[in-house]
Amino acid sequence: MRKCSVYSLNSLLTFNQYVLNAYYGQDMALLKALEELHRLSREDFQRIPELAINPLGDRIINAFFPEGEDQVNFRGFMRTLAHFRPIEDNEKSKDVNGPEPLNSRSNKLHFAFRLYDLDKDDKISRDELLQVLRMMVGVNISDEQLGSIADRTIQEADQDGDSAISFTEFVKVLEKVDVEQKMSIRFLH
Amino acid sequence: MFLLLPFNSLIVNLLGISLTVLFTLLLVFIIVPAIFGVSFGIRKLYMKTLLKIFAWATLRMERGAKEKNHQLYKPYTNGIIAKDPTSLEEEIKEIRKSGSNKALDTPEFELSDIFYFCRKGMETIMDDEVTKRFSAEELESWNLLSRTNYNFQYISLRLTILWGLGVLIRYCFLLPLRIALAFTGVSLLVVGTTMVGYLPNGRFKEFMSKHVHLMCYRICVRALTAIITYHDRENRPRNGGICVANHTSPIDVIILASDGYYAMVGQIHGGLMGVIQRAMVKACPHVWFERSEVKDRHLVAERLTEHVQDKSKLPILIFPEGTCINNTSVMMFKKGSFEIGATVYPVAIKYDPQFGDAFWNSSKYGMVTYLLRMMTSWAIVCSVWYLPPMTREANEDAVHFANRVKSAIARQGGLVDLLWDGGLKREKVKDTFKEEQQKLYSKMIVGNHEDRSRS
Repeated sequence: MRKCSVYSLNSLLTFNQYVLNAYYGQDMALLKALEELHRLSREDFQRIPELAINPLGDRIINAFFPEGEDQVNFRGFMRTLAHFRPIEDNEKSKDVNGPEPLNSRSNKLHFAFRLYDLDKDDKISRDELLQVLRMMVGVNISDEQLGSIADRTIQEADQDGDSAISFTEFVKVLEKVDVEQKMSIRFLH
Repeated sequence: MFLLLPFNSLIVNLLGISLTVLFTLLLVFIIVPAIFGVSFGIRKLYMKTLLKIFAWATLRMERGAKEKNHQLYKPYTNGIIAKDPTSLEEEIKEIRKSGSNKALDTPEFELSDIFYFCRKGMETIMDDEVTKRFSAEELESWNLLSRTNYNFQYISLRLTILWGLGVLIRYCFLLPLRIALAFTGVSLLVVGTTMVGYLPNGRFKEFMSKHVHLMCYRICVRALTAIITYHDRENRPRNGGICVANHTSPIDVIILASDGYYAMVGQIHGGLMGVIQRAMVKACPHVWFERSEVKDRHLVAERLTEHVQDKSKLPILIFPEGTCINNTSVMMFKKGSFEIGATVYPVAIKYDPQFGDAFWNSSKYGMVTYLLRMMTSWAIVCSVWYLPPMTREANEDAVHFANRVKSAIARQGGLVDLLWDGGLKREKVKDTFKEEQQKLYSKMIVGNHEDRSRS
């Protein structure tokens, strides 16, 4: 278990002041209190200006909230953030028999997959891909062109012929990408 | 109960004597120097002593934490995560490079592009540049005020006693003293300026007005135990110019006005504030607007231009950020004051939060609570830099000029220069920023062809 220093509960407006410096709690009582008391809603996230201007801001915010719920507690918040731990950190605390850590390569890819998979059916359909693309490009590209981009992408990735991208196909397409580095956030201290 | 009777007169006598002594001290050591603008150096000595005590206190807490094998909470003002300053284009190219062998220059879409937006978004959730500017800066070492302590569980008995002593001194000695001074300062201002208003216009009136203003502001400075260091005073604003400064709290006005004679700009309030404003304008022309007039930008610009063009009138004091920011950064300057065409005298104000945080978080505290917090802090310590005057260049627009001035102020004060609008404290960010990002990304997947836009 790594040591942790917990940030203070200065404001409920944003969780910036909540972020843990390390990832597992030492002061369990304090963590428990945090879990009980504080919940975030979507509006709290939308108040972060730099997130509000991110084209995929809403999809990212959605990733924090479990199915059908409007509030996320501290534990849920940390679980989502834990996907972005650098992978090297796992080397120091290898637990062969334990569950796969949240920040494994596979789980990081799954996180990105879920950003595309709007209806959570474990497949990225043409429609879903189109919708996400539209979020990323705004009004700058025509429907036809966007459609052909989506078609081409699905064609290249699809292997079982169902005109949709499953998670396995997604992983195959991205097998050479440096996921470990690009989907990790390093803490300075 | 009966035993107290013979002591009653003794207590009353003691009280009377101590009050007289207090007021004499007040007069000799504070008010008289304020009138003449001299200083005995008492405040500087006070500051040095406090610093030593704070260092000791932090050491004790660290020791206490080590004993329990914990780590102290330490705030990191430079951010807690590593952020790459690369652009959208570069970052996405890098992701693609590691993923495929295709040529990098052809614009197309890759499934891995989403990593960029995803990570950027998560980074801003963990540590963004904007929202932390709207709450008080966190200190690296404790300053014996409970409002800034995040490590309560590590305070030893000795430290608690010291803290208790601090509370006693601050609330029972310093607070009444400061309130008395503030009261003196404000009433002298109102009475003095009203009296000066009866004088016939001329050099004598101006002279008296200037000195009444200065004297009262100096008393108010002492009422807050503000320890101010002025730098580069040869650049002080002159008549016909505009003085712009970064805004942290209403105290900024007192700090600047106790070292220079300015014309204030603002909205007329009701209550005590209104009384002060109406009295001040009798002695010299300040620019006060009615609430309805404030919305009319054209009218505001007109009156300011009129004031500035009259070379006999005083320099205007303006805070272009429009709202209080927590003094770790400078946010967007509103272009209004930079369109007028006068010489701009930038001033940078940097507070040292160690002795008392001057930032007014208006969504958390009202004015009265804020003033009480100020008066129960140890002191307000700040540095003021007068920067050399700047004028708008020939083909420069107001926004560019405003940004230039802002950068100069940020550089001098050691503050982060942000392009974000301070209004984001209360309002949502505009969609144009998101649209910019979308445009940039579109270029990466289809190139620059104009005819591909959505009809």
